[in-house]
Amino acid sequence: MAFRVRGTTQEFRFPVWGLLFLALWMLPRVLGVEEIPGHNSHENQGFQIVTFKWHHVQDPYIIALWILVASLAKIVFHLSHKVTSVVPESALLIVLGLILGGIVWAADHIASFTLTPTVFFFYLLPPIVLDAGYFMPNRLFFGNLGTILLYAVIGTVWNAATTGLSLYGVYLSGIMGDLSIGLLDFLLFGSLIAAVDPVAVLAVFEEVHVNDVLFIIVFGESLLNDAVTVVLYNVFDSFVSLGADKVTGVDCVKGIVSFFVVSLGGTLIGIIFAFLLSLVTRFTKHVRIIEPGFVFIISYLSYLTSEMLSLSAILAITFCGICCQKYVKANISEQSSTTVRYTMKMLASGAETIIFMFLGISAVDPAIWTWNTAFILLTLVFISVYRAIGVVLQTWLLNKYRMVQLEIIDQVVMSYGGLRGAVAYALVVLLDEKKVKEKNLFVSTTIIVVFFTVIFQGLTIKPLVQWLKVKKSEHREPKLNEKLHGRAFDHILSAIEDISGQIGHNYLRDKWSNFDRKVLSKLLMRRSAQKSRDRILNVFHELNLKDAISYVAEGERRGSLAFIRSPSTDNIVNVDFSTPRPSTVEASVSYLLRENVSTVCLDMQALEQRRKSIRDTEDTVTHHTLQQYLYKPRQEYKHLYSRHELTSNEDEKQDKEIFHRTMRKRLESFKSTKLGINQTKKTAKLYKRERGQKRRNSSIPNGKIPMESPTRDFTFKEKELEFSDPEETNEYEAEEMSGGIEFLANVTQDTATDSTTGIDNPVFSTEEDQSIFTKVPPWLSPEETVVPSQRARVQIPYSPSNFRRLTPIRLSTKSVDSFLLADSPEERPRSFLPESTHIP
Amino acid sequence: MGSAHSMSEEVRELVSKTGFSSEQIEQLHRRFKQLSGGQPTIRKENFNNIPDLELNPIRSKIIHAFFDNRNLRKAPNGLADEINFEDFLIIMSYFRPIEPNMDEEQLERCRKEKLRFLFHMYDSDSDGRITLEEYRNVVEELLSGNPHIGKESARSIADGAMMEAASICVGQMQPDQVYEGITFDDFLKMWQGIDIETKMHVRFLNMDAIALCH
Repeated sequence: MAFRVRGTTQEFRFPVWGLLFLALWMLPRVLGVEEIPGHNSHENQGFQIVTFKWHHVQDPYIIALWILVASLAKIVFHLSHKVTSVVPESALLIVLGLILGGIVWAADHIASFTLTPTVFFFYLLPPIVLDAGYFMPNRLFFGNLGTILLYAVIGTVWNAATTGLSLYGVYLSGIMGDLSIGLLDFLLFGSLIAAVDPVAVLAVFEEVHVNDVLFIIVFGESLLNDAVTVVLYNVFDSFVSLGADKVTGVDCVKGIVSFFVVSLGGTLIGIIFAFLLSLVTRFTKHVRIIEPGFVFIISYLSYLTSEMLSLSAILAITFCGICCQKYVKANISEQSSTTVRYTMKMLASGAETIIFMFLGISAVDPAIWTWNTAFILLTLVFISVYRAIGVVLQTWLLNKYRMVQLEIIDQVVMSYGGLRGAVAYALVVLLDEKKVKEKNLFVSTTIIVVFFTVIFQGLTIKPLVQWLKVKKSEHREPKLNEKLHGRAFDHILSAIEDISGQIGHNYLRDKWSNFDRKVLSKLLMRRSAQKSRDRILNVFHELNLKDAISYVAEGERRGSLAFIRSPSTDNIVNVDFSTPRPSTVEASVSYLLRENVSTVCLDMQALEQRRKSIRDTEDTVTHHTLQQYLYKPRQEYKHLYSRHELTSNEDEKQDKEIFHRTMRKRLESFKSTKLGINQTKKTAKLYKRERGQKRRNSSIPNGKIPMESPTRDFTFKEKELEFSDPEETNEYEAEEMSGGIEFLANVTQDTATDSTTGIDNPVFSTEEDQSIFTKVPPWLSPEETVVPSQRARVQIPYSPSNFRRLTPIRLSTKSVDSFLLADSPEERPRSFLPESTHIP
Repeated sequence: MGSAHSMSEEVRELVSKTGFSSEQIEQLHRRFKQLSGGQPTIRKENFNNIPDLELNPIRSKIIHAFFDNRNLRKAPNGLADEINFEDFLIIMSYFRPIEPNMDEEQLERCRKEKLRFLFHMYDSDSDGRITLEEYRNVVEELLSGNPHIGKESARSIADGAMMEAASICVGQMQPDQVYEGITFDDFLKMWQGIDIETKMHVRFLNMDAIALCH
């Protein structure tokens, strides 16, 4: 990073006590205050135990400190929710930068730190753009690609030309006074000030939450206009250095050609690197730990490569992100995916923070300020007015072809959202003062424009959006039905286009997805990933997980999962097996607790089963249960260090296991009750009859049971089955499928072991077990405020019969599905109410 | 057919019936003749000649919909053997984009029509209900494009979706309550708040820019 620090550079050697002053010195040092050489430093005393080598660490130290300051500032901003909800963060950061810059300047009287183009383009911009590309909603983006391209290309050219020409016209009228600027300089300035800035747009719009279409249009435009900006800038820059009289028509044609080369070339580079990246991640199975690195390195290379070939680097990295996201997300493990996500967000928002802060700091430098009221004001007016005019004209054109019309309100927001930012600033700083005489004027104007758009428009856009009642984006839970219908619509539309014989949007999408499925996915995705990458399946999976998690969360809310695990029916012991977070409890304490618990549990178990006088078996079962469900406190685990493997946190593992067991319990009991029903009701297969019976039984106080949860976890099981195809049993996969397979393994394993008990104890008939149900469980007492659905969930794993009822499972074929087929989904509640139950 | 040409009575009638412009009708008529091989009516077999359609996983359902009497507004159930150009247009008009000058009521009606089309596609036995069996059928077909999703998982997805539908439409169910299937009202309920503007619309081109494939 090119922070220029002024100050002495000699090394300080301190005796140990000198360190005490370190803290006091650090601040002025960092702020660039001159040190008095020799102060506090003693003569060389031979070997030094501690040496103070400021110069040695100076640059990285300052960089780190600045980042720290920026990050801390972010924390401070967010301490007050009121402020951040009104003022966009970017504006706050700029103001902070101004203040810091003021301090530095006051101390140093020279602008020590500025945002240099190199730092900006090489280190700060790529993460932001990559983040944008990698998380780009592809469907939305490509659905509006035509619109985005029009705004990005024609809109930017329009802005550049009109702004430049109008300024030149005004200049000729003489209002601006005497400036040594030619037409080309004005056009150059127009081209760099015309482009809407992705960083600023993202920063402001992210907090505004306008609807998706509007957002993607403004944001997509800001990303894709880079090619236009780069080309225009380069063309006019070279024209200026050539001199106005030497520019020929050939040069103009060359400029136009270079636009296509730069934009298409950049895109192509991005696509090539995306392909490479996807291909690489296909084979990273055994190097999980560096997997996320590939994503960053290869995308960064795409940026550098196109920069090297003087193509549009922003386009390259954007398209790299856009194209690879599908395959990379499918290929890398879930943990890596999370890592990528967080790292990317961290880098991007860090870079954004630094950019805005340094924009503020950079402004505090009297050397760059040249004030020309007419020029600055007119620039502001022109960019706003021409932006609005451009948007209206293009929208008018577009609305003839767009299916979803862009309303006037949308157009207002689009015009108003044309924020300028750091790209313009970096470009203007890059200008050569020898060729562009009025560089300082351009720089100060750009700074004013950037500050005005980011601070003023950023501040007012939120109220504006509210006032205009712009359709906001709504965050909805993914719904399975919605996804399914959406898929159906896609197919219908493409079919209609096929039938009516036109090549439309849907036609293209359909063809592309066919190609993707047949060729690209096969080439770029792991075979195991191809399977699970269907959107619908994903939503399904997600919903199931959410369901299960909320189930476990309910357990946590009640303080334990004991209500799931405890086989006892007595309301005295809703025993807390899972002690408070182990970290807060002494190992001995938790051990004690564990001991207690087990005895209690044993007792309860015994008590309950005494009359059945098969205590031995019961004990075995209990012990077995305890073994399964009791966990050692965290302290007992050894933490092994390995650089190459991330041993999953034991605590995490434990949680996961609890979760799995819980799920398994639910499934088992669900299935077994189902099976139990089937045994007792062999004759009663008909719907109506069963319903009648249920009605008779329905006085049992089991509350309202939503039919939803049980079957879903039942289907969850099926889903896991689906995941566990033989191919997957590879150890790596097994570990990373975030438990999916482990879960299944548990199921099968435990079913096998448990079921022996079932066989050994034919005495326990289902009838007896179910009689337990007739007691009123503690959580059904009126003062309980558990939501009904949770009650239903609580009840599922509720009986000790879990173990015994497993026999039929084993005997039954795996096609549990047939039950569902025979009885409709509401089958579940019925299973609580077997015929044998009587009103107590 | 530009405005310079005088519209025939027939076309004018179709315009008022389906809302297509005369150019679009002309365009679609050309396509219709192409599909039917010059015949006045189209039969199911004619659709098999469209190669692009072959990859569509729910092809049979869609073709079915073209002959569905409910969609043709002819009868509450049953299938037509063949459809003429007017019927063809009626089916196509389900996919017309919303006119910008429609009022709320018209929008709502338009939306309902479009959803009804989809509903009819699901409800294959025309009893006004999408039963689990029917839903599974559709989902299986829908997902058949992906060779990695087996029938079993397609089924469980359908089951899950059905559960979801039940919980949306009925909410808390009594233990002895049976959810027999999604009625059209339920269907509308499920779609509440979801934009279908982009989902159920095809932009029919006015110009001759249509690729005359095959």
